[in-house]
Amino acid sequence: MIVRERLSATTIHVILLGWTALALFPLFVIVLNSWKSRKAIFGEPLGLPTGEAFSAKGYASVLSNSDFPLFFGNSLTVTGVSLALILLFGAMAAHALTEYRFRGNTLIGLYLILGIMVPIRLGTVALLNLIVDLGLANTLTALILVYTAQGLPVAIFIFSEFLRSVSHEIKDSARIDGLSEYRIFLEVVLPLVRPVIATVAVFSMIPIWNDLWFPLILSPGENTRTVTLGVQQFIGQYTVDWGAVLAALSVAILPVLVLYVIFSRQLIRGITAGAVKG
Amino acid sequence: MSIPSDDHQQPDKLARRPIRWYILVFLAPATIIYTVFAIYPIVESLRLSLYAKETGGGSGFVGFANYVRLFGEPYWATRFANAFWNNVVLFAMHMLIQNPIALALAALLSLPTLTGAATYRTIFFLPTLLSVVVVGFVWQLILSPLWGITPDAMQAIGLGAWFRPWLGLESSALVTVTLISIWQYVGIPLMLFYAALINIPEETIEAARIDGLGGWAIFWKVKFPLILPTLGLVGILTYIGNFTASFDLIYAIQGGLAGPDYATDVMGTFLFRSFFGFQSQLGDVYMGATVASMLFFIILVGVGTYLFGVQRRLQRYES
Repeated sequence: MIVRERLSATTIHVILLGWTALALFPLFVIVLNSWKSRKAIFGEPLGLPTGEAFSAKGYASVLSNSDFPLFFGNSLTVTGVSLALILLFGAMAAHALTEYRFRGNTLIGLYLILGIMVPIRLGTVALLNLIVDLGLANTLTALILVYTAQGLPVAIFIFSEFLRSVSHEIKDSARIDGLSEYRIFLEVVLPLVRPVIATVAVFSMIPIWNDLWFPLILSPGENTRTVTLGVQQFIGQYTVDWGAVLAALSVAILPVLVLYVIFSRQLIRGITAGAVKG
Repeated sequence: MSIPSDDHQQPDKLARRPIRWYILVFLAPATIIYTVFAIYPIVESLRLSLYAKETGGGSGFVGFANYVRLFGEPYWATRFANAFWNNVVLFAMHMLIQNPIALALAALLSLPTLTGAATYRTIFFLPTLLSVVVVGFVWQLILSPLWGITPDAMQAIGLGAWFRPWLGLESSALVTVTLISIWQYVGIPLMLFYAALINIPEETIEAARIDGLGGWAIFWKVKFPLILPTLGLVGILTYIGNFTASFDLIYAIQGGLAGPDYATDVMGTFLFRSFFGFQSQLGDVYMGATVASMLFFIILVGVGTYLFGVQRRLQRYES
């Protein structure tokens, strides 16, 4: 019996390690080759970048020929501001919907989470007209507004589910202490929802950071490109210079990788916790 | 769908209390941004699909003429049928390959005796976080006949003769793109299944074990029925994702023309071209809106099926 258990444990690890290799191999190949000379990239794709094979030319051309720092700044601004707005406005709406009884409460609640099922992309045609009419074409503001609208339904849904499970006692005692409804939200409710903020943040952040559709359509201009769009267009221009392409890919991967390794535990705990609620 | 804005206010019967402005303040920012930038554009797109450009400039109401054109004119009908069918294939492959793999990996990860589960979890979710542009290009390089990683590797295990430039062949491009998408996105169903599995109470599983069930039987007879609601959720998320988000990966790998010869054209790329035009074909806002509206109805059918068919049946099953 013990032998059988052990055997099956080995089998399980073999399967899991197999998928691990499949998940990591492509990234490994890219980062490895980005540090190699053109000859070594083609001669020995799986060789280590040592001795003659080593070259950082690719990185040099990425950093000199392109606006990657600018693209990163744009992506950070768009993702950061959208996320902040989604979290704040989402928590405010969820608080109003779960805390107060008023006419139309259920209806507004349903209306606000409708967007989970109906992707905002379906309105792209009219959205572009609207953005142009507002004079927001080729601005980061356009992206921020659209991503905020896109992220709110999920945020409101998760926050509401969570707030419904929280007891009213704390809020009521704050009310007895004479706190205004605004201060109750800021000082009682906001700290209360902290555990689900990670969940909401992850669900909202990934599609914003990786989105290609809206940057391509709403703000393809030189100065407002996000990393995703920037890398896509850089690759288009430099298809012959493999070193530069591989370096550009690595530059796009590494920050995400570093952040992920640091925050993966909270992140995954957030996802699994959120999924349980939903 | 729309709600009168004064609905936020105090009901009449509670009129002795002052208007609770704070409710309005809490709801307004979310409701306004969401209405203006999400709901209005969708409704407006539906409306635009009933209009068309007129010869003298400007536009006029044409009823369902755009839809008749979409289904009737050979050019539009062919492209639409092709994109729709490719989406169906994409969806079927995700349901039959991605979701079973996700379920299997989640089942293994959730075993209580497994060591290193946290590390595996972290790694399995990593590709999901990467930008489609990166993922698309990475796989293009790896599968490239020029670079030779795949041909060389296949040579090494004696399968060298089987190598083909899969992304460039009409017969295999769609399947290859789909497998790349599965590689990237398997992390999402995996996490949802995993969360459902680790939340099954230990006593339930223990009871089954005492009844003499083995690991395999416990999974199929005890755990699987309990996570059916998650399966339904994964199904509808896969459906929505395939019809809308599949644009990104295909555009990143095959470009707006979704080649070779439209072999990887999906509703998303079709919508993009209808709207913006490509090469000699001019973009048409109204046909773009029509394609988007069709996509809206397709998603509505899926969501409706899920809400009224799948979910209701699952609830009955549970009780």
